[in-house]
Amino acid sequence: MNKYGSIGGTLTRFTVMSAVAFSLMTSAVNAQESTDPIKLTLHDWTGQLITTQIMGEVLKKAGYNVEYVQADYLAQFAGLETGDLTVAMEMWETTGRDAMDAATATGKVENVGATGMKAKEEWWYPLYMKEKCPGLPNWEALKDPACAEAFSTAETAPKGRYLGGPVTWGGFDDERAEALELPFEVIHAGTDAALFAELESAYQRQAPIMLWIYAPHWAPAKYEGEWVEFPEYTAECYKDPAWGSNPDMAHDCGKPFGEIWKVAWAGMKDKWPGAYNAVKAFTVNNDEMGAMITAVDLDGKTVEEVTAEWMANNEDRWKSWIGQ
Amino acid sequence: MKLAATSTLPQNGLRPSGWVVWLLALLAFLALWKLAEPLLPWAFEYPKALKIPAAKWISDFTKWLLNDASFGLFTFAELTRFISAVIDAPYRIVLSLLSTGFMSGRGSAAIQYLPPISWIGVIAIFALLGLYAGGRKLAAIVSACMVFILIFGQWNSALITLSSILVAVPLGVVGGLLLGIAAYRYRWFEHMLRPILDLMQTMPVFAYLVPILIMFGFGPTAAVVATLIYAMPPMTRITVLALKRIPSELRDLGNIVGCTRSQLTWKVLVPSARDSLMVGVNQVIMLSLNMVIIAAMIGAGGLGFDVLAALRRLDFGAGLEAGFAIVALAIALDRLSQAFALRNTETVHHGPWLKRHPYTLSALAIVVFSGLAGLVVPAFQTYPEALQISTGDFWSNVVKWININYFDTLEAIKNALLLNVLIPFKRFLLSLPWIGVVGILVVAGWRLGGIRLAALVGVLATLIAAVGLWEKAMITVYLCGISTVIALLIGVPIGIFAAERKTLWMWVQAIIDTLQTLPSFVYLMPAVMLFRVGDFTAMIAVVAYAIAPAIRYTALGIRNVDPALVEAGRSMGCTPAQLLTRIKLRLAFPEIMLGVNQTVMFAISMLVITALVGTRDLGQEVYIALTKADPGRGLVAGFAVAFIAIIVDRLISAAAQNSREKLGIAGGPT
Repeated sequence: MNKYGSIGGTLTRFTVMSAVAFSLMTSAVNAQESTDPIKLTLHDWTGQLITTQIMGEVLKKAGYNVEYVQADYLAQFAGLETGDLTVAMEMWETTGRDAMDAATATGKVENVGATGMKAKEEWWYPLYMKEKCPGLPNWEALKDPACAEAFSTAETAPKGRYLGGPVTWGGFDDERAEALELPFEVIHAGTDAALFAELESAYQRQAPIMLWIYAPHWAPAKYEGEWVEFPEYTAECYKDPAWGSNPDMAHDCGKPFGEIWKVAWAGMKDKWPGAYNAVKAFTVNNDEMGAMITAVDLDGKTVEEVTAEWMANNEDRWKSWIGQ
Repeated sequence: MKLAATSTLPQNGLRPSGWVVWLLALLAFLALWKLAEPLLPWAFEYPKALKIPAAKWISDFTKWLLNDASFGLFTFAELTRFISAVIDAPYRIVLSLLSTGFMSGRGSAAIQYLPPISWIGVIAIFALLGLYAGGRKLAAIVSACMVFILIFGQWNSALITLSSILVAVPLGVVGGLLLGIAAYRYRWFEHMLRPILDLMQTMPVFAYLVPILIMFGFGPTAAVVATLIYAMPPMTRITVLALKRIPSELRDLGNIVGCTRSQLTWKVLVPSARDSLMVGVNQVIMLSLNMVIIAAMIGAGGLGFDVLAALRRLDFGAGLEAGFAIVALAIALDRLSQAFALRNTETVHHGPWLKRHPYTLSALAIVVFSGLAGLVVPAFQTYPEALQISTGDFWSNVVKWININYFDTLEAIKNALLLNVLIPFKRFLLSLPWIGVVGILVVAGWRLGGIRLAALVGVLATLIAAVGLWEKAMITVYLCGISTVIALLIGVPIGIFAAERKTLWMWVQAIIDTLQTLPSFVYLMPAVMLFRVGDFTAMIAVVAYAIAPAIRYTALGIRNVDPALVEAGRSMGCTPAQLLTRIKLRLAFPEIMLGVNQTVMFAISMLVITALVGTRDLGQEVYIALTKADPGRGLVAGFAVAFIAIIVDRLISAAAQNSREKLGIAGGPT
């Protein structure tokens, strides 16, 4: 039995169970708040399923009517603008900024603050590559032609091959390679599934690979490796060519750490003010999240088990979100 | 279909001067390509100043349409929301019956007052439908499919998917049939419809996903609408083709016996075209199931969501199980629909209602009893998790084993193909001056179909350059072109070989149905592991998908050849090879050309998927537009994809028409 094969089923069961629970519960909800379901969006990565599940279960404890809706990460904004969907729990600064800005500019969608998790993204290599390129993780080691060649394939030789994220993620890797004069060719994967498929393949064969890895994610827990240490990101580095080692080009530094935001339909504030405040108050940190993702993706627990465990261990925290 | 005398030369064939025209055109093209770059840089790169800002226009228009457009009494947005509600109602009912049960209230506050049909009930209904329509064998096949879904733990997701299919397919079949009949009756309508069908089928779904979501709301309804847009065109096309192939004698007969127009259509023409129409139904089901993944992205849930979620964790086994559940569903639905169409409906039962409806009655009885039993023993209502099985790590380990042991061999094959075929072809296409390509297309259009075709392809090709997408369009042509050629090289011979061997054809059909319904995502990620991100992996995905119509239509054509003509050929002493090349292939030519056409269309429709493994073509442009929520940019790239498809389609059709006239075969698709 796979872990998500039964999400539909689980949700149905949830609906039934919580229906019973709901009718027994003395509702804490202010009488003026709507009893319509608050629709939380589910995407296709574990971390997001966990955050959403935690938020949803907390709202249920506060007596709200909650519904989980499966939706695409970016396509969901169409639904958030019209109020068809209510809350999206993870919008990454690093990948969703454009879509989020476009949506908030309409005035129909609101950024309700950071989740407390920080998105880390950088060039990453498996630990076994350190033998071939001993200067790592310092980025200057990559300038050595022998080191770059260790990362090469038939198509890119003698340059190294760096597998970047999908072009839609941005990230300025082409610019970075040029500005830092790294002898690397940047290839873009189409999706992150493709990215990790290549990593899995290379790791099985202990073959060379250098690619874009982000956290919180299960990959840094499953594979032993390190992020390359580039000169630390500052806003000037991206804007001002004079900054950094290359006087003529911007982007001669690493990638920024980004917030992971929560977004909501702008009408939520009026329809469910208490729930809106709860979503606003929600925070978790990277370490907690990393542990929960690992528990699900690598240890085979279900999302429901992991969230229930978290709720049991952090009762004070979530109770303060709903003002109890 | 008749064989005309082949000795008379058709008058509008290639005249001797045709060769001169081609020679001159090619020489001019070569001169432009090799010599003119320094002199005429704009011939190689479309001048920026003349670029048409179509993306901005379309974005502004969509905004206006969705926010301000009004028909007086109601706004455009209200109209689409109304349509959405109309589709949503039957969907909710089916979903309640099959998956969620009937509820009062919504969300977590909902209270279930009637459980869904139990798994025993659903399987019984499927089995009885099979028994009723096709006998015991069909009942066994259909129940086996459902049991497969059940024991692999895909039941709930599968029934969610089934609900949306049960709503989308009848709408698609009826809509497609009606459009097809209208196109058959009115020539002007056919002319108008053709480009629209091409657009519907070739415009990547991602291109119109954002507007659809805004118009129809977020959720299963929008997914049904997107599915309809994508899955209906083959039904319409096949309806037109099938009706045109009906011998005129039959139509005359209908007129003689005094049929009214609607009687002629529904009692004579449609029934006698039934076999071909069933291919259309099959295609609607297959294409609807094909949309399951994209439907899952916009809130339809179900099996598509499971596939996506599994592949994000690189759990190939789970992805494959969910993928095969989609295939099992497809097989069950397809075989049932085929059997219902072939069933003899003449028998009329007499006697009381109970006796006339034994199947309905037993289905009802099983549903009620298993439902009641489910109240006492939950296992009768919901299949217990402990009895489910899973392939677990098996498939991941298979991929791992191939990866560790054969990666170098695969890499060598891939590099050889890439370096010797793919990359040179890509470089060649990218080096061509756009104006020269447009010129060659115009000449081809003129020689093959006259001045109107020349104008059409010329305008469409120029538009692609004018919106600034020429380079991406060329990469698209390169990827689709190579994939189509490979798909045809493999598919047409298989179709010819398998068409007349009954058992083999059954297997081939099962395989191509699987290829067409198994979401490409399922094999895309293992392919990435073995072949890395890039064009080669994309090509594998496109070929695997586009090979299905090449085989299917070739076989359909061969099987439809009048046996009397084959017999006549045999009695005249034709060898099997002669029978094949002189009679069967020629008579099957219209279908084979339709197959070529569909292979190209299928290849183009895979562009969106290939964008997910990092190609740099128009598919990726569409994908980027989706992620930036930019309807204009997406639709412009979508139109460019559709234009390429239309150009190819028109040129192939015209060439087919020409050679048909040369060979003296009448009829066929236009």
